[in-house]
Amino acid sequence: MSQEDQPFIVGGVTLKSRLIVGTGKYKSFEENKQAVIASGADCVTVAVRRVNILDRTSENLLDYIDPAIYKILPNTAGCYTADEAIRTARLARAAGITNWVKLEVIGDPKTLLPDNEATLEATRVLVKEGFVVFPYVSDDPIMAKKLEDAGAAVVMPLASPIGSGLGIQNPYNIRLILEAVSIPVIVDAGVGTASDAAVAMELGCHGILMNTAIAGAKHPIQMAEAMCYGVKAGRAAFLAGRMPKKRYAQASSPIEGMIE
Amino acid sequence: MNIVVNGEMLEVSEGVTLLALLSQLNIAPAHVAIELNLSVIDKSQFDQVLLKDSDKMEIIRFVGGG
Repeated sequence: MSQEDQPFIVGGVTLKSRLIVGTGKYKSFEENKQAVIASGADCVTVAVRRVNILDRTSENLLDYIDPAIYKILPNTAGCYTADEAIRTARLARAAGITNWVKLEVIGDPKTLLPDNEATLEATRVLVKEGFVVFPYVSDDPIMAKKLEDAGAAVVMPLASPIGSGLGIQNPYNIRLILEAVSIPVIVDAGVGTASDAAVAMELGCHGILMNTAIAGAKHPIQMAEAMCYGVKAGRAAFLAGRMPKKRYAQASSPIEGMIE
Repeated sequence: MNIVVNGEMLEVSEGVTLLALLSQLNIAPAHVAIELNLSVIDKSQFDQVLLKDSDKMEIIRFVGGG
C-alpha cells in the first residue's frame, strides 16, 4: 500500500504542485508560458518593476501567466534593505492580485546571499500588515525558527546561491530546518537539474522554488518537464522511505538452491 | 506643472487625476500599482487623487522574475 501524501498547503491555499517556478530569463513570454505548463506548477514568482512609460508597446507577463489560473507570488528581488523590501511588498499588494510576498533582502551582490537579520525584521513588519510572507533565507535552522516565530507562512532556505545551479550544498542543515519548524520548508535557489530537485524532496522538503535551472537549460520546456518528474519522484521516495545504507553487499538473489 | 514618473520628468496639466494620467500614458490600470510621494495609493482612489506640481510617482507592474 502506498503512503498517502498530505496536501501542500501554503498561506492557507492548497497547491496542486510542490514545484513553484520563476518567470525570469526566458527568451520569450511564450517560452515562459510553455515551460510553466510543462512544469505542472500552479504557483509562479514574478518581480516588481517600473512600467516603462516611454515605450508602451511591450507585452505584459500576466497576458501569458493568467492570475486567474496561477497563484502569483511577487518577489522583492533586488532589495538590499528591509525598508526597500517592505516598500516593494506594499506596491506588489496594491497591484490587487495577492497579499503573498516572496521576501528577499539581499546582503551582497556577488553571492546574492540573504541578509537574514534584515529579512527577519521585514518579516515582522509585513506579517503585522497582513502579508503572507515567504522569506528566502540561509540554510540556518536557528534563523528558520525565528522566521516561523515571526509569523512567516513558510521558510525558504537556499540550496546554494541564486542562479548557481550547485544543488543542495548542505543537506544536513536542510534536515535540521525540517526538524526545527512546523511550517512548510521550500528549498529556494541553487537547484541545477532534476536530480537536485529529487534530493531536496527526498530530504522531506515540502516544496521547491526554482527559476534558472529551467530558464537556463538548453531546452527550458523539456527541463521544466524533467523538474516536474524530479519533484514527484523525490516526494514519492521520501514517502516510501528509503532502504538503510549498508557498508557491505547483501545479495538480492537467494543463496539457497544454487546448482552444484 | 511638472511631475516625476518612474524617474522621468513629465509635464501634465493642473488637476489631473492618477487615472487620467494612466490613460494619457496608455497604461491599463489593471495589475499596476502606484506610489505617490512614497505612499501607496489604493486603486479605488485612482480617479480621486489629483496630481500636484513636483509630485514624485512610481508606477509598477509585474515582470518576469525568480
